[in-house]
Amino acid sequence: MKILVCISNVPDTTSKINFTDGDTKFDTNGVQFVINPNDEFGLTRAMWFKEKQGATVHIATVGGPNVEPTMRKALAIGADEAFRVNAEPTDGFYVAQQLAEVVKTGGYDLVIGGRESIDYNGGMVPGILASLTNMNFINSCINLEIEGDNVTAVREIDGGKEKLSSSLPLVVGGQKGLVEESDLRIPNMRGIMMARKKSLSVLEPVDGIKATEDKKFDKPAPKGQVKLATSVDELVDLLHNEAKVI
Amino acid sequence: MSVLVYTESEKGKFKKNAFEVASYASAVAKMMGTTVTAVAFNTTENESLATYGVSKVLLINDSSLATFNAGAYAKSISQAIKSTDAKVVILSSSTDTKYLAPLLTAQLSAGYVPNVVQAPESTSPFMVKRTAFSNKGFAHTQIDTDIKIIGVSNNAFGVHEIKTDISVEEFSVSSDAVVNDTKSIEIDKVIGKATIADADIVVSAGRGLKGPENWGMIEELAEILGAATACSKPVSDLGWRPHGEHVGQTGKPVASNLYIAIGISGAIQHLAGVSASKTKVVINNDPEAPFFKAADYGIVGDAFEVVPQLIEKLKEFKAQNG
Repeated sequence: MKILVCISNVPDTTSKINFTDGDTKFDTNGVQFVINPNDEFGLTRAMWFKEKQGATVHIATVGGPNVEPTMRKALAIGADEAFRVNAEPTDGFYVAQQLAEVVKTGGYDLVIGGRESIDYNGGMVPGILASLTNMNFINSCINLEIEGDNVTAVREIDGGKEKLSSSLPLVVGGQKGLVEESDLRIPNMRGIMMARKKSLSVLEPVDGIKATEDKKFDKPAPKGQVKLATSVDELVDLLHNEAKVI
Repeated sequence: MSVLVYTESEKGKFKKNAFEVASYASAVAKMMGTTVTAVAFNTTENESLATYGVSKVLLINDSSLATFNAGAYAKSISQAIKSTDAKVVILSSSTDTKYLAPLLTAQLSAGYVPNVVQAPESTSPFMVKRTAFSNKGFAHTQIDTDIKIIGVSNNAFGVHEIKTDISVEEFSVSSDAVVNDTKSIEIDKVIGKATIADADIVVSAGRGLKGPENWGMIEELAEILGAATACSKPVSDLGWRPHGEHVGQTGKPVASNLYIAIGISGAIQHLAGVSASKTKVVINNDPEAPFFKAADYGIVGDAFEVVPQLIEKLKEFKAQNG
């Protein structure tokens, strides 16, 4: 089985978010970048397939040279080979088009991306990619089993979950559940050394639609002071008469 | 050409979010000087959409589309969009709709912006405000394509009544809409319990509860309030509660009217995920817990004392206020 894991380079979940250039750009100053958490669950599941069932695992990222440390981390975790499409990932449709080229050239059976990236939260790349490459698609996937070409998966639905059957070739929008938090791997020294020697190819982008453009950013208005109640009677009264939520 | 809205349903009944997206579509239609057309699958009581400004329903009555299938639903909605020549399409933020939206986007070569929190800032150019960075910021996003798809954030725009005359028209989709790429085998869902996505009130608890055996009082509190139950990331990682309850940046987002956090200190990732809730209440014995800075109301106290008192008080309150 040939697997491609699509990886987004995102600010660490603890990052404070600021904007710069007249609030038109995300301020990367002092921000640590990591593999998008939803992608990392997918990557770890891909490693499981590699070790238990036999698979080749490639990774792909759309971004400038600044994303390479994150890609090397994915290689250190155990991916075999990496592709970087040399373009700024400013629009989900555009990113999906770039990844579709990688998928068509590589002939993958399974493509895993995160359900959404934790920076721009578009949540559209895996689905658009599936459409452009004519592959089956399962989103918000929390369990994935593959036997031959047959796929059994579980996806999250509002208020529960749904079990699905499908077949390869398949694109998955992954998240926690594909593997558990405790299954995530911290690269060891040997992995890091080996990752340096693995192939990381840079591909030039193809022409694509840039469907949307973020013109300006802002931060939520600062929160007012919390009102502390001294008893549950007072709290219920505030919630009923002031906030009017019960 | 009218604004097209996909009004979601379950077992033939419109979901709550259908009325919110219809309200949103009406606001956009008003800005553009046009009307709202809804597309729905196997629904009854279609006239109820008239209350929210929908003047026409394209009703797809097709038993092969009785259960949700993202590929088939996307193809069907895409046919409705093409037949009405709609240029603006309004969707919800439910899990099912976020599954079909990218497929629809690709089929129509559209520009799709999810997590939109208010009516468009302008329709020419088409600019919308959406959350970004997992609710730590907002982006003002311009959509440059001919067809524009907007995903409205849950409980952000609200439901607005605007009465109109309505007609219901059957819409048949071509047979190639039915696809067998993925098949539903089994749905596991608690019936009759509020979900984190839909609930007006969410009661959430963290590691301060000390162990899964102490969740009885959380469930009782939720039941009295008709609330959904949720939990923090550590609690889900420890296996005390199912993953589906994990709310926060890497879990589910919460946008309820009232969010009650019990024994949750308020890590930045948790706060990001719940910040869209309108009123936030914290119960925590540590007055320095970061959540107090992000909350509207709070009680500094031991959850094992405060929660049982709150349950008793709310029982009394419910008895008096129905």
